[in-house]
Amino acid sequence: MDFNIEDVFRGEKKAVAHVLNLLEDRRPASLEQNKALIEKLSNNARPSRHVIGITGPPGVGKSSLMTHIIREYRSRGKTVGVITVDPSSQRSGGALLGDRARIVHDPNDEGVFLRSMAAGSHMGGLAWRTRHCLTVFEAVYDIIIIETVGVGQSETEIDQVAGTVAFIVQPGSGDILQFMKAGVMEIPHVLVVNKADQKALAARARNDLMVARTYSQSALEGWELQLVMTSALEGWGHKELIDVLERHNMFLSEKGILETFRRRKRIEWVIMLFRERFGAFGFEVLGGEEKVRKMIARGDINNPLERLQALEKKVFCNRLPQRAQR
Amino acid sequence: MATSADHPKDRPWLMRAYSGYASAKESNLLYRANLAKGQTGLSIAFDLPTQMAYDSDHILAKGEVGKVGVPVRDHEDMELLFDQIPIEKMNTSMTVNASTAWVIALYVAAAQKQGADISKLRGTTQNDIVKEYLSRGTYIFPPKASMRLTSEVISYTVNQIPKWNPINICSYHLQEAGATPVQETAFTLANAMGVLDAVKESGHVKKEHFPNVVGRISFFLNAGIRFIEELCKVRVFTKMWDRICEERYGVSDPKMRRFRYGVQVNSLGLTSQQPENNIARIIYEFLGVVLSKDARARSVQLPAWNEALGLPRKWDQQWSLRLQQIMAFETDLLEYDDIFAGSKVIERKENELEEEARAEIDRIQEMGGIVPVLESGYMKQQLVESNTRKLRQIESGEKVVVGVNRFEEAEPSPLTADEEGSFYVVDDSVEAEQIGILENFRLRREKEQVARALDHLREGIEKGKNIVELSIECARSGVTTGEWGKTMREIFGEYRAPTGVSLVASDIPQTGEAGKVNERVRKLNDKLGRNLKILIGKPGLDGHSNGAEQIAVKARDVGMEVVYEGIRLTPEQIAESAMQEGVHIIGLSILSGSHLDLMPEIVRNMKKRGLADIPLVVGGIIPEADMKKMYHAGVKKIYTPKDFNLNDIMNGIIDVVAQAHHVEL
Repeated sequence: MDFNIEDVFRGEKKAVAHVLNLLEDRRPASLEQNKALIEKLSNNARPSRHVIGITGPPGVGKSSLMTHIIREYRSRGKTVGVITVDPSSQRSGGALLGDRARIVHDPNDEGVFLRSMAAGSHMGGLAWRTRHCLTVFEAVYDIIIIETVGVGQSETEIDQVAGTVAFIVQPGSGDILQFMKAGVMEIPHVLVVNKADQKALAARARNDLMVARTYSQSALEGWELQLVMTSALEGWGHKELIDVLERHNMFLSEKGILETFRRRKRIEWVIMLFRERFGAFGFEVLGGEEKVRKMIARGDINNPLERLQALEKKVFCNRLPQRAQR
Repeated sequence: MATSADHPKDRPWLMRAYSGYASAKESNLLYRANLAKGQTGLSIAFDLPTQMAYDSDHILAKGEVGKVGVPVRDHEDMELLFDQIPIEKMNTSMTVNASTAWVIALYVAAAQKQGADISKLRGTTQNDIVKEYLSRGTYIFPPKASMRLTSEVISYTVNQIPKWNPINICSYHLQEAGATPVQETAFTLANAMGVLDAVKESGHVKKEHFPNVVGRISFFLNAGIRFIEELCKVRVFTKMWDRICEERYGVSDPKMRRFRYGVQVNSLGLTSQQPENNIARIIYEFLGVVLSKDARARSVQLPAWNEALGLPRKWDQQWSLRLQQIMAFETDLLEYDDIFAGSKVIERKENELEEEARAEIDRIQEMGGIVPVLESGYMKQQLVESNTRKLRQIESGEKVVVGVNRFEEAEPSPLTADEEGSFYVVDDSVEAEQIGILENFRLRREKEQVARALDHLREGIEKGKNIVELSIECARSGVTTGEWGKTMREIFGEYRAPTGVSLVASDIPQTGEAGKVNERVRKLNDKLGRNLKILIGKPGLDGHSNGAEQIAVKARDVGMEVVYEGIRLTPEQIAESAMQEGVHIIGLSILSGSHLDLMPEIVRNMKKRGLADIPLVVGGIIPEADMKKMYHAGVKKIYTPKDFNLNDIMNGIIDVVAQAHHVEL
């Protein structure tokens, strides 16, 4: 299919979908093309965009809540791109991407786009290509929501891509302490107790979260962890939630945190690309992950794919002499 | 021992047949003809739009109008259905669930117009929403709201129509969805407890009348081929229900604690290969629910031998009825007391089932009862898992299905020689005609009266008034089924139930075959540059999702990335999702017979989005004669219940994708 990049920027869904397919292509032959695409997309990122991470254990009603969140943003005149990430089976490589079925939305709405991704062999809560997809959405939509399943320490990558992270729990799950221990609680800016229609249990969950709040690190940046009660079932609380999300976005831009954050985000992207390509061996060749991170931070990182290529060369150069020494 | 024939003979069960016709007028003629022959009971099947509270011209009604039953959109349709039939004297059974409150309101309004005494009406509404979430898919509202509706139908009838059976709790569909006997027993009883608790909590029924509520609950069971176990299952049901009624609800009258149930023996297990063998299956399954006098079914409906092939004809149905009559009138079954009394073997099996079922009920109660458990997806996931296990056993040959995975060689059957003519086919012009009648009705009625009635409905519900009573006013005022549904959807919200699919644990490719399929997927992934991504879903209003779920789980297990879209998709949604998700292939499951209406629409919507090159595969009950048309519309592969080998289906999907991308594997 031929396409015009301008169609993508205009939000034509056919073109957006097509670019996503291209960027997901991992064959080496498509690297050059994708590099150019990423360049164009990055240069056209919407300055006012807001990337929100929504995470939480399975069964807390994330998808149902998403239905309300999308609807509310649309009624506020914002366009919304959603990426949902589900785990892949480590044995077969297969994945069930079941969220789409439960997020109710109008297929005719030009201002909403949903894409599901399988995490593949990548650990950390995102998929290998989530960041590529994100770059497209950042050039097209006002609000970008990344939904992941967060249950333990290994799924906390969400804060590397989302400016605002909301963590969803349900009452009576008894999981809250578990999450605190697991480190998930150090990440979110907003805590949401969904299914708060279960009154007594919800009050208890609220108390637990108040305690857990003291574990939060986001307070260090001058933002106090916010608590919101919602009921996707009865359809309330999501307006307040969005008010809080918008307040956090405002906070980010006023504090000037966004720029540093976006830069850090790109550094982590290159790290991820590098890991996908070379694994632990690559880091070893270049003297360790921290050293690689510093190398990346030193230069221009507008185009992570280009940075990857530069590092690629280094890996090949460094490898040869070592071999020769043996 | 009381085994001799000196007892008075036991009365036979009621012999039912399920019938549906495409319009109110046609159905009325059929009913009148049957009544003239001496039949006293009527059984009404409604089409899916009516069951889902949509009008015939709703976008999702396309291809479904008049398909599995009669469309009833307003009081005139209901009046026509009972034209020259005295409603007061009828015993009417209605298969309706999510929209029960509305349908019974139309029924009462029609009865009142005939001048009937409402308190004398007799009949049954299915009104069981739990199995809709778990298997049949014809639910509308969130579980809590649905339970309120169910409970208000019950309190309305107990107070106003005391002879009505307001609910028929179904385990039938749970077994179809994969339930083991233990799950079937536990989930069904937990369901009944949830319903009774809801009625009790509502306070709409006086305390001294509550035993009547308990006594009016009836059940609808399934009977599978392992008929000894099934026999034990119905005996355990009977025993456990008696105890629950006594202990939990304090019902002292044993008659009110009787486990009253009807049965349709399993039609999903019937095979299209050597279909004449199904007669044997039907008979053995039948044994399980009539042999034991203490737990005998009160009514039995036997499927036709050729149901796996298409809609049965009258002759096919007659054959099934004769099977029942031979059992009741020729054999000596009814002359004996319970022939299993004192059997140690049966008792042991019963104890085992009961113990496990009780543990499962306790688990559900611990999780907060039926509503939270439905919301959590727990039961659905359990069913999908059981079903996966069962299909795997059939595939591996561990579970024998004669004519399917063993003894497959067969002589040509004279019974199926003339397939084309052997099925009842719904007329294509029905939909347009029905929409015409509806539009005409909308023009004739008083618009202001309609608006006022809907306002009253809205306000009344908020104030906690009985929904059936409010709906009767709507019915009289000329509100249509779709308008009632829309208002209710605005009040209670529309629900999408957990699919249960994503919670099912992944399995190692079990046999060497599945492992090979996985290798092929990986190879294809490398060539495509992206992982093979498939969209699976169900277009139309039919919500029987078991097949689609099993394909989704299997596809995941052989390494595909599966976007599971669930049920009730419009052609537009399918095309749009395929585009946004960037899938390589679309797999659709269609069972309601609307495939010929839906396929061209789906293809058109895909072309509109430049997706003409994404291949489509379809699974479902597709008659041979329709296949050609489907292939012509652009479908690449069609799978019917004959194709039980899931690995073969997966290989087919891989081949189609490879071909579409000009890749050699």
